[in-house]
Amino acid sequence: MLAQSGLTDLLRNQTKQLHAQWMAELAAGLRADSRIGATELSEQTGEFLRILSEAAREGVWDGPQSPQLRPVLSFLDEVSRSRAIRGFTPEETATFVFSLKRPVFDHLRRRFEADPKTLADALWTATELIDSLGIHTFKAYQRTREEVINRQRTEMLELSTPVVKLWEGILALPMIGTVDSARAQTVMESLLERIIETGSTIAIIDITGVPTVDTLVAQHLLKTVAAIRLMGAECIISGIRPQIAQTIVQLGITLEGVTTRATLADALALALRRSGQTIAGTRPS
Amino acid sequence: MERIPILRMGKFLLITIQVDMHDTTALALQDDLMAKIARSGARGVLIDISALDVVDSYIGRMIADISMMSKLLHARTVLVGMRPAVAITLVELGLSLRGVKTALDVEKGMELLAAALEDGDAADQD
Repeated sequence: MLAQSGLTDLLRNQTKQLHAQWMAELAAGLRADSRIGATELSEQTGEFLRILSEAAREGVWDGPQSPQLRPVLSFLDEVSRSRAIRGFTPEETATFVFSLKRPVFDHLRRRFEADPKTLADALWTATELIDSLGIHTFKAYQRTREEVINRQRTEMLELSTPVVKLWEGILALPMIGTVDSARAQTVMESLLERIIETGSTIAIIDITGVPTVDTLVAQHLLKTVAAIRLMGAECIISGIRPQIAQTIVQLGITLEGVTTRATLADALALALRRSGQTIAGTRPS
Repeated sequence: MERIPILRMGKFLLITIQVDMHDTTALALQDDLMAKIARSGARGVLIDISALDVVDSYIGRMIADISMMSKLLHARTVLVGMRPAVAITLVELGLSLRGVKTALDVEKGMELLAAALEDGDAADQD
């Protein structure tokens, strides 16, 4: 009890000194730079200590899960969120909380110098508290990073399926990047929708930007081709690089009934011919 | 029992399916259509399913069957107006209706039938 009261007393009554020491500690490891200004950092640490001291005022806590720590945890959520978004490294984010250890330990040592047993207890209580806060910070940081990654994934999914109109009645879909089931599905849907919208009779899927074609990718392509045919349009697959042609045959994939061309230009020429259109040069050669 | 109307347009028959078909309706359509092809000597059948949101495997197979049966009676079948969602479902079901000709809409379907008729007549004369 005495050990814990030492800590709560420190948090409650010596916030100012603690803040100054903490800032000094942070300045050594985590300098204020373009990502976060010195004033903002100081405000953040001040606010954190204020909330922590309020939590201490509520009385004894029985471990890191106690309810009075909730405001502290939600404040830390906010802090690590903003850090993750501003591009701080995990170490830098964790240092924010862990650097509080030395000032707290210093205070406790001065206070319980004469009583090693209580000092050990007090240090343990403080460590437990700061560690749990640190781990919480880290968890929040991780969560935010995952959110960012997920958002980028959906954005990429949207970016990577542009259906372009090449000519009257001819659509093209340049596929870039790895094809997985989710992407293949999006690609198929957006292409089919555009075929209906534009009334195009020929669709070209260009796979120049697809790094590898395995059985799964081939299966997705075949499905898309079949669906396009069912709707009453034709599909040409272009951009099959020499290595890809070799892989396809070596894997034993049969792209039977699918028209393929090496380049998008060849595919466009074929599409124009099939739809009965020609391009004539303006200058006699 | 509901019957799907079969309209005659020159040498072609036009079927527009606008209600979700039950199995019995589908069978009745099959019967009616074959009788009508035989009686009228139609050379092409155009099936418009642009109003259908759902096509199950039974209806899918029925369309494939109709196409093959019509061929035996010397009429070509063109399936038009399939919606993207329906196309995706049929492909996922493994029904790619290989023997059936398709077109985007009724107009393009008619062009296809007319072109096929000309080719066929030319071939007959050879």
